[in-house]
Amino acid sequence: MTDAPGITLQGDYLIEQKPLFTGVDLTVPAGQWTCLLGRSGVGKSTILRLLLGLDTSGQFNGQVRANDDRAIGPRASYMAQSDLLLPWLNLRENVVLGARLRHEKPDLSKADTMIARVGLSAYATKKPGALSGGMRQRAALARTLMEDRPIALLDEPFSALDAGTRADMQDLAAEVLQGKTVLLVTHDPAEACRLGHQIALLTPAGIAPWELPDTAPIRSADDPQTLQAQAALLSYLRAVP
Amino acid sequence: MNRLRYPLFAALLGIGVWQIVIWATNAPHFILPSPWRVANTGYEYRSLIAQHALITATEVVVGLLIGAILGAITAVQLAAAPRVANLILPILVFTQAVPVFALAPILTLWFGYGMASKIVMAVLIIYFPVTSSFYDGLTRVTPALLDLAKTMGALDRQVMLRVKIPHALPSLGSGLKLAAVYAPIGAVIGEWVGSSQGLGYLMLLANGRAKIDLMFASLIALAVLTVTLHLLVSALVNRMNRMSHATPSA
Repeated sequence: MTDAPGITLQGDYLIEQKPLFTGVDLTVPAGQWTCLLGRSGVGKSTILRLLLGLDTSGQFNGQVRANDDRAIGPRASYMAQSDLLLPWLNLRENVVLGARLRHEKPDLSKADTMIARVGLSAYATKKPGALSGGMRQRAALARTLMEDRPIALLDEPFSALDAGTRADMQDLAAEVLQGKTVLLVTHDPAEACRLGHQIALLTPAGIAPWELPDTAPIRSADDPQTLQAQAALLSYLRAVP
Repeated sequence: MNRLRYPLFAALLGIGVWQIVIWATNAPHFILPSPWRVANTGYEYRSLIAQHALITATEVVVGLLIGAILGAITAVQLAAAPRVANLILPILVFTQAVPVFALAPILTLWFGYGMASKIVMAVLIIYFPVTSSFYDGLTRVTPALLDLAKTMGALDRQVMLRVKIPHALPSLGSGLKLAAVYAPIGAVIGEWVGSSQGLGYLMLLANGRAKIDLMFASLIALAVLTVTLHLLVSALVNRMNRMSHATPSA
């Protein structure tokens, strides 16, 4: 994934003339994980939607660009909190959904490779209803990988999982999305401190950076420095108005 | 067999109440015939009733098929073009304010005394429930799923075919179950207004000749026809739902 671009977003966002955030200057460096945190309703998902080129309810004054000046949307894949698997398709069919929706011939052997990478080979012909929540989110990850795009925009993809499954998913995602430009929206300081090359805190007045340990992600959950960063981040988040 | 226990009991209860009313009021048989008398008449006239029931059944089934297809096509077209839908939906609702019964004489005038006018009645009466329930299903796909499709560079047509329609099949199914009960109403209204065959015609004929027992027998034949159709459509719909949504997703 050598062509993963860096992304910047600068500007203000208004909903019915009232600013949601102003003076935001977000940089997502090429080939790294950036974790976006902030209070609920501060506009994290809006930023993700702006990057993806999806409709938003308000008005954005500013610019979104990749450092190679090519469009971002068509090079980005999206993963949401819910797995969004289609219940009437089996796992493999779900993984190749993108190709089907573009009316292309799906590459089934590649799909099997992706399914194997997320450890679900034994379930390739099962329907989502037969899978656990963690398995379904792994299937969604396989679908994201199948799109094979250099940018991954993740909107709280692990937040609905139990703690153990979440940690497994974080490991897996960090491994399979290596080298891609990743923006992860999350509420969880622990997740941000494990996965992020950098952390961006979104406030109504703009983006605040946050210091992370010098080590490279993915960081071990019991690493003292990581724990310290996580605790500090949590108290900071609680103090932010 | 267990599943049948309650419906059977309900039927027996109904017949019991019927008989008790006759004992209590001492109604003459040309006002309210006894269940036994109706059963006898029904058996005696079985081929006549069957012949007319076949006509009504044909009208209903053909009407149901045409109405379901037209309704489903309309719903897909409306869902594919939201602006057109905003224009057409109020018109559809307005047409529902016109009682179909009031249209029956005109339809007979236009489509004649034969089966055609009854089929049109059945189609008219089920078109709206099928269209509106399917349309609801088509437009209630999780927005996040449509966003995902958009980020994948999906084509509208493929999203309709592979996401919206499969998602809305259970809604179409609910519409069809309703339609199976409504369609016979349409056909019989058509037969009342003008016809020379069908259970509606037979009922009017029997009533006019004070053969109330034959009228009741025809009415019961109609009820059996409707219930059978409803059960068949329900079984079909349930099978379709099981195939498309093997298990409900969380």
